[in-house]
Amino acid sequence: MESRVFEDNKKVLGKNTVENATVIRNDSIFQKKVRVKDGIAQALINICASFSILLLVGITAYVFYHGIGVIDWQFLSTTPSFINDTFGIAGNIVNTLYLIIITLLIVTPIGVGAAIYLNEYARPGKIVKIIEFTTETLSGIPSIIFGLFGMVVFGSLFGYSIIAGAITLALMVLPLITRNTQEALKTVPDSYRIGALGMGAEKWYLIRTILLPSAMPGIVTGVVLAIGRIVGESAALLFTAGSAQTLPFFGQYGEGLIEKIGQPGGSLTIQLYLSMSNAEYEQAFGIATILLIVVFIINYVTKLVAKKLQTE
Amino acid sequence: MLKDKIKAENLNLYYGEHHALKDVSMNMKEQAITALIGPSGCGKSTFLKTLNRMNDLIPSVKIDGSITINEENIYDPRVDVTLLRKKVGMVFQQPNPFPMSIYDNITYGPKIHGIKSKERLDEIVEKSLKGAALWEEVKDRLKKPALGMSGGQQQRLCIARALSVEPEVLLMDEPTSALDPISTLKIEDLMEELKQKYTVVIVTHNMQQAARISDYTAFFLNGEVIEFGETNQIFSMPKKPETEDYITGRFG
Amino acid sequence: MARMNFTNDMRELKHELAEMGGMAEEAIEKVIRALKNKNPDLATSVIHGDRALNDMERTIESHCLELMLKQQPVAKDLRSVSTALKVVTDMERIGDHAADIAELALRSNNIEELSNNQDILQMAKEAQEMVRDAVEAFILLDLERAKEIMKRDDVIDQLFDKAKTDVIEFAKNDRSKVDLAIDIMMITKYLERIGDHAVNICEWTEFQTTGSVKHVRLL
Repeated sequence: MESRVFEDNKKVLGKNTVENATVIRNDSIFQKKVRVKDGIAQALINICASFSILLLVGITAYVFYHGIGVIDWQFLSTTPSFINDTFGIAGNIVNTLYLIIITLLIVTPIGVGAAIYLNEYARPGKIVKIIEFTTETLSGIPSIIFGLFGMVVFGSLFGYSIIAGAITLALMVLPLITRNTQEALKTVPDSYRIGALGMGAEKWYLIRTILLPSAMPGIVTGVVLAIGRIVGESAALLFTAGSAQTLPFFGQYGEGLIEKIGQPGGSLTIQLYLSMSNAEYEQAFGIATILLIVVFIINYVTKLVAKKLQTE
Repeated sequence: MLKDKIKAENLNLYYGEHHALKDVSMNMKEQAITALIGPSGCGKSTFLKTLNRMNDLIPSVKIDGSITINEENIYDPRVDVTLLRKKVGMVFQQPNPFPMSIYDNITYGPKIHGIKSKERLDEIVEKSLKGAALWEEVKDRLKKPALGMSGGQQQRLCIARALSVEPEVLLMDEPTSALDPISTLKIEDLMEELKQKYTVVIVTHNMQQAARISDYTAFFLNGEVIEFGETNQIFSMPKKPETEDYITGRFG
Repeated sequence: MARMNFTNDMRELKHELAEMGGMAEEAIEKVIRALKNKNPDLATSVIHGDRALNDMERTIESHCLELMLKQQPVAKDLRSVSTALKVVTDMERIGDHAADIAELALRSNNIEELSNNQDILQMAKEAQEMVRDAVEAFILLDLERAKEIMKRDDVIDQLFDKAKTDVIEFAKNDRSKVDLAIDIMMITKYLERIGDHAVNICEWTEFQTTGSVKHVRLL
């Protein structure tokens, strides 16, 4: 009896198999349909991607082609000399470093602090919304307006000086740091906060030991982006930090290095602008090449640091 | 006869207009596990959080009535919340180890309370991990990140972390609901050991779990304690029809 | 309401228990009728009926175990299922004893005397009523009635004592009736046991409604 049922089943199964092989069912998944729209979209996207890559590679290659020959040790290590009739960007490199460091020293604590306030202390509501809106608007303002404001306010306070330029830049990149820190803080799971507070941690302790370390990749990203903007900025600096090409004096105890902060100093981009205005295109391409290299290095370092922090 | 460790008297809690706990009065005994059961939104988790003032973190919460632990009202204005939370530890639904090493997770609490000596911290780490039945599994990788552990291990780490500050009360908010069955049973075994030393209060959605591990059970419904008594009695001869309906699954 | 399937399963279990109770009741009723009317066919049918009762016991047990495995009943559900597991044993025993009586009646040479023995008939009537009432009280979960039935155990015990005295009396006088005396003793003993099982059913009724049996808390 049982075996007969089994036989019957086999017969039924066998019949189905045969049908499947010969007749294609109405609801079969075998019928391939040509999807035209999808194909066109794919092609367009490929073209766009290729175009943007070509553009980037093209510009970089062009700048390098014209600039690489200009760069030599003298170009990098001296300041312009009218007596010897030589040109060098050492002063501009040092000025750029000054601007980066001082701007970051000003902007990082303020930006991170603001982000912590907005995310951890302020009660979500109208005020936070207004502050967030303001920060966002701040980041959309053309840099020449910062330059104007910096010149009028900080310029009249400190004169053309690195410090005036740095404060102006600090205003400009503040939203970058704040936004990135805030985003990073938002991704820290609430369970960490509740866990730490549940153990009796005070808020500041929680921020110091868990939130800031967790938000570090975001903060670093913000800082590196800020460096990028500082390096690339010219409009905001021209009338605040000035265009001096000199190197700082060391002084007897190194006090000259500090004094430099109060003195004018042109960054690489400013020098690039000046060289272009003077129709010194070779110099300009040389500086441009250095700038590009700096930008590449910054991007690479960002990725490296972010990756390292992430794995920790 | 076990001593009453925690006493809630006429506790009312409001989230803004919402009356979330209504006149809750119940005593929780030392060296016993008290389970809080009830449907979602019945107030059991809210009640648990009032026991170490985690509700303070939510704005617009208003509380009246009293909760005493060792005869001290924890809502007295003189209370130092940090000291309260040292005494009343908490384990959450999702395992939430901090993004640091196993060792640093355990020493996090003791450091809050000012313990700095390396030897003392080493001792605490070993003792806490042993207390959470995790020592043997992790003693060779204390410096490894805690987030690399399995879910069940992470939850036991969180229990160890809670034990590290030598609390007297342990609150557990659905501690096994995110875990697989075997890890769940390990934690249940662990709880049996924990109750020898601590007053344990657990919120659980799993009624079998409440029946298995707890000594006392409170059934919450719409912010009220409908019935509170010995677990055996609640699960065999509940006095209130609402309790019966809920535990036999005839609810809603 | 949640848990519809479980509720239906529990209802089904109750139906099965009522059916089995009815079968046990019927077994006694039939065996008494067979004895009174000296009807061997009826007696045989009781013996066959016992097999059905045994099968029913296995079916209910298996349903109960399956419910415990799959549904983990608590509170009143746990009491219902565990009561069912215990009660079927008593019902099955009642059927066994009815079959025992039927077998004895079929083999006995004293069927004439047995069929109109007043002690047997009185006890049989009492036992049958107790079983019927006990099953009814159990199905309706009527605690008052169950308690009242438990008290009737004394009546049946007294009847058994009386039967014993009567048997000793006539066996003493007439040695040739020892055979009959033993038959009567056996049948009345079976009837007395049936009464005990009816009392057990009442005790389980008490457990199912209160969680205790004779003031001893089981759950």
